Amino acid sequence: MTANVVSSALPLQAILVSALLPLVLVALGRVPNWREGASLLAGCLKLWLVVKMLPAVRDGQLLEYVLAEPVAGVPLVLRVDGMGLLFALVASSLWIVTTVYAIGYMRGAKEKSQTRFFVFFAFSLSATLGVAFSGNLLTLYVFYELLSMATYPLVTHHQDANARAGGRKYLTYLLATSVGFVLPAMIFCYVRSGGQMDFAAAGFMAGKVNSTEALVLLLMFTFGFAKAGVMPFHGWLPGAMVAPTPVSALLHAVAVVKVGVFCVLRVFTGVLGVDMLKEFDLGIVVSFIAGFTIIVSSLIALSQDNLKRRLAFSTVGQLSYIILGASMLSPLALKGAMAHIAMHAFGKITLFFCAGAIYVATGKKYISHMTGIGYRMPITMICFLIGTMSVMGLPPTGGLISKWHLLLGAPESGRWWLMLFLAGSTLLNGAYLLPIVYSAFFKSGNYFGPDSERGEPPPACFWPLCLTAVASIVLFFAPNLIFQLASLVV
Amino acid sequence: MDWLTMDLIVARFNYWVYIVLMMIGLYAMIAKNNYMKKLIGMAIFQTAIMLFYVSIGTKKGASIPILDHHGGEHGAGSAHIAGEAALKVGEAAAAFPEAAAAAGTTNPLPHVLMLTAIVVGVATLGVAMAVVQKINDQYGSIEEDEVLKRIKL
Amino acid sequence: MTLAQQAPALILLFPFFGALLTLLIGLYRRSWCWPATVAACAASALAAWSTVVQVAESSNALVTYRMAGWVPPVGIEFRVDALNAGVVFMIAMVSLLVAIFSRTVVINETAGKEHFFYTLFQMLIVGVLGIGLTGDAFNLYVFLEISSLSSYALIAMGRGRAAFSCFNYIMMGTIGASFYLLGVGYLYIKTGSLNMVDISRIMHEQDLFQTSTIHIGFLFILIGVWIKMAFFPLHRWLPNAYTFAPTATSALAAPIMTKVSIYVMIRYMYTVFDPNFVFGMGPRSDVVVWLAVIAMVVGSFYALAKRKLKMMLAYLVIAEVGYMVGGAWLANKTGLTGAIFHIMADGLMTAALFLSAGAIYYKRKSYNVTALKGMFQKMPFTMGAFALAALSMIGIPPTCGFFSKWYLISAGIEAGHYGFVGGLLFSSLVNAILFFRLLEYAYYGEVETPYVAAGKRGKKKGFREKSGRDEAPLSMLVPMWSASLGLVLLGFYSGEVIAFISRYVAEVQF
Repeated sequence: MTANVVSSALPLQAILVSALLPLVLVALGRVPNWREGASLLAGCLKLWLVVKMLPAVRDGQLLEYVLAEPVAGVPLVLRVDGMGLLFALVASSLWIVTTVYAIGYMRGAKEKSQTRFFVFFAFSLSATLGVAFSGNLLTLYVFYELLSMATYPLVTHHQDANARAGGRKYLTYLLATSVGFVLPAMIFCYVRSGGQMDFAAAGFMAGKVNSTEALVLLLMFTFGFAKAGVMPFHGWLPGAMVAPTPVSALLHAVAVVKVGVFCVLRVFTGVLGVDMLKEFDLGIVVSFIAGFTIIVSSLIALSQDNLKRRLAFSTVGQLSYIILGASMLSPLALKGAMAHIAMHAFGKITLFFCAGAIYVATGKKYISHMTGIGYRMPITMICFLIGTMSVMGLPPTGGLISKWHLLLGAPESGRWWLMLFLAGSTLLNGAYLLPIVYSAFFKSGNYFGPDSERGEPPPACFWPLCLTAVASIVLFFAPNLIFQLASLVV
Repeated sequence: MDWLTMDLIVARFNYWVYIVLMMIGLYAMIAKNNYMKKLIGMAIFQTAIMLFYVSIGTKKGASIPILDHHGGEHGAGSAHIAGEAALKVGEAAAAFPEAAAAAGTTNPLPHVLMLTAIVVGVATLGVAMAVVQKINDQYGSIEEDEVLKRIKL
Repeated sequence: MTLAQQAPALILLFPFFGALLTLLIGLYRRSWCWPATVAACAASALAAWSTVVQVAESSNALVTYRMAGWVPPVGIEFRVDALNAGVVFMIAMVSLLVAIFSRTVVINETAGKEHFFYTLFQMLIVGVLGIGLTGDAFNLYVFLEISSLSSYALIAMGRGRAAFSCFNYIMMGTIGASFYLLGVGYLYIKTGSLNMVDISRIMHEQDLFQTSTIHIGFLFILIGVWIKMAFFPLHRWLPNAYTFAPTATSALAAPIMTKVSIYVMIRYMYTVFDPNFVFGMGPRSDVVVWLAVIAMVVGSFYALAKRKLKMMLAYLVIAEVGYMVGGAWLANKTGLTGAIFHIMADGLMTAALFLSAGAIYYKRKSYNVTALKGMFQKMPFTMGAFALAALSMIGIPPTCGFFSKWYLISAGIEAGHYGFVGGLLFSSLVNAILFFRLLEYAYYGEVETPYVAAGKRGKKKGFREKSGRDEAPLSMLVPMWSASLGLVLLGFYSGEVIAFISRYVAEVQF
């Protein structure tokens, strides 16, 4: 692929939309309807700006915007390629949906400090897009850290003892790993590469380190980007479930965690380079770590009674699918990994939306209390089923497509037995998600049964989850755009 | 032994004097319990440095640094320029023709510098004494252990 | 001569005459002291900016100003190059911000003595700016004492243990300044000059670097400035002195006094002396870097153990001194660049932190960390500025704290000194723990914010949130936020600043 770099302010505008939105939100803080209206408007504007970049990027162009040059030779630069745009599309389209959902949820659950909530939500989205559009490692790190900071007030929104504990865990894991691992690794790269950090197709560190150094760097980056939730640095994610559900849905199923795997993907493709990793045969190390995470997290998920925590452990496992795909170092698996960012996003956000909707409508958080809830809110639970199928990778949902590529990638990389991790985990996914759906529809419990009055959640919560469930199915039939963007990078 | 006494002690007695004075001052500042005694130590400490400066300006056989407008009996570029002062003279001679006469006088610059240092020393002492007075008002004592005891309470 | 050419002197003259004027005005009307001080500081900052521009535009990055036209080495010379232009500008800006900030706290804490306070306040600024500007070794001593004397008096105006800790500070400060004076004396013995550049020229021409007199002189100067900058293990005087000083004093002294001493150290190491000499004496430079590492670690840990907000910040100042000394002694260009950049970055960070801590004290009347409880609700803007400064202290991009750390860490890797790299990372993490603990206090506190549905009033539907705000006055918020936003700006423009600094660094021969 020939790099055809075009200077464009579009990436900056897309980021600025949500970075400047908080000013409006604070000004309108006293008038919630206008405030939420502004949020929605900004969401649409942002999506439109991202979509506007689509034609150019499909033509193989790279949109670039230089912000500043704080370090000699390494500017803060935004550069949009296929992978970045794919991620940005997912994040910004789901932001609109989540905003609608958040309005319903926050009002329905009578949450306090809603202005602050929307302000930091907008900041988080800006940081997410910043990561997606980063043109070099420094820019990536800058936005990565900003995202940690912007999401902290969201995680701890309730400001009680639980939130404090969760928030502490959140920051401890994320900061300790990013400052302790990524920062030194990054500066080592800077010193070693002679002041050059732009993501390059072959990796800018290719040929500049020996195999031991490459291994250490690889591990430092894989563990350092702890947002990817690779074990043993996954503990923050279940802890972060104390946040209000819209946060868990968008940030801890889509934006934040995907930023983590996105960073790891960038390290594989742009920093160390697939070819060099192949040459030193280092992919297998990460494959084992990811495989371990996939299986263990699924096993832990089995024992969780809190629905959001179960979903969180499921997310930990699914994230490692993407890492596993990257570590196979085969084009098919890489494509599958990128596509999985999008596919899993739609499936998992549906599940979280359902969990939140149940909480808003009935106040129930625990799975054991949800027996028979299918009688009360059947459509919500059908959407939950669709989400489950997508996460497991069953047709006709988008999850199948990406999983299929990951599975095919395993033999292509010469290690067919990596398929076992994927197959085993699919079974486990079914084991911890399907019983929820089954007992919801075919059993009656203490709270709900066949005689329960039918009542779906408030419309602002209800329609978004239907939309994402439908989208999961649509992606099964129309995954072209996603793969087109993904194959631009591979 | 003879060499040692001559070269290390007698020839450099000014340094020994200032070091001994400085150590006395430093000892008082650190070891004395009474704040006023500490201040006296501080004054000795500063004075020692002043003596050091004044002593480095002197030369063997030189007179006081006052310009004599009536006669040139000191003579320019005279033979008895002592030690390192020669350097300074050469420098200054370029800038001020009269300074050539400086060869036969002690170097006045360190003295002038010490005038400033004396002013600084006085000011420091003044401020410090005011602070001690404040301590006395606050804790009713200028003994350090008493004050510390009262702070801990 | 145009006014712009006089700028280096004007930087100093404005606060100097401002000090005298303030004293006189204050006798007539106390309330005019503050505007006079702010005006003097603003004019000084303007002159500093003009000097920076002149330095940037001059071909050799150098602006000199000869006092009363006397030619150096006889006359005293102000010498502004790419090293001290930025430092002086930072000092002038911080002084201006603190001066604006001080309006209400000075009336509050030193009622009836405002005119004395502001006179000393400006004399302190004169002293520190003078240290930054002068090119004369003895003149530097005089300015050192001017700044020290005014800071002694300013600190003694505080409450509680102020007088007691001030006395210790006087003792240590005098020893430090005297050592410096002694060192200058030794240099004078050998070179017969007091002008820094001239001393350096003579030492090079006559190859005096091997003489023990020069060695001893260098050591005395070094120990002197180490005491002044509170470098480990000579740091004991600092925390108490800064904690119990009046708010405006600690906000002024903490950012500028230690930083200017570090500038003096760098000036002596690289302009007066020569890296070959400084680093060519066996394993000494390594020892200093390890001391710096200990300073970082110990400073951070002590800060973590303290219960008073200002005491924590004071210990962080000690830790930060370790960053800069370590960077300067790593013996490579990146480290020197990082150290110089960190002087500016840290000055601004410390100012932002002390200013917001001052605003909290102003409202809560307590330095205890528990006074922070619920402050995010009570004083959201103050806490916002505090949080931003805290992020910079931890080293979160895009604040300038990240970029200075970047240079320091890459210098450590270049030099192969992984102890220093580890120390920096460790201290960043301890800072993170420290500041997030503080922010947690402020965030989870027990301040009531009743949730009121506006619909109850029967007017319109929807939600309204009521908050019990008790924010600091605008005269505090403006400087506080200027400092905090300055951190982000300095981060974004760090490229330009670094390019400016490297005009000095490039000429250093390692």
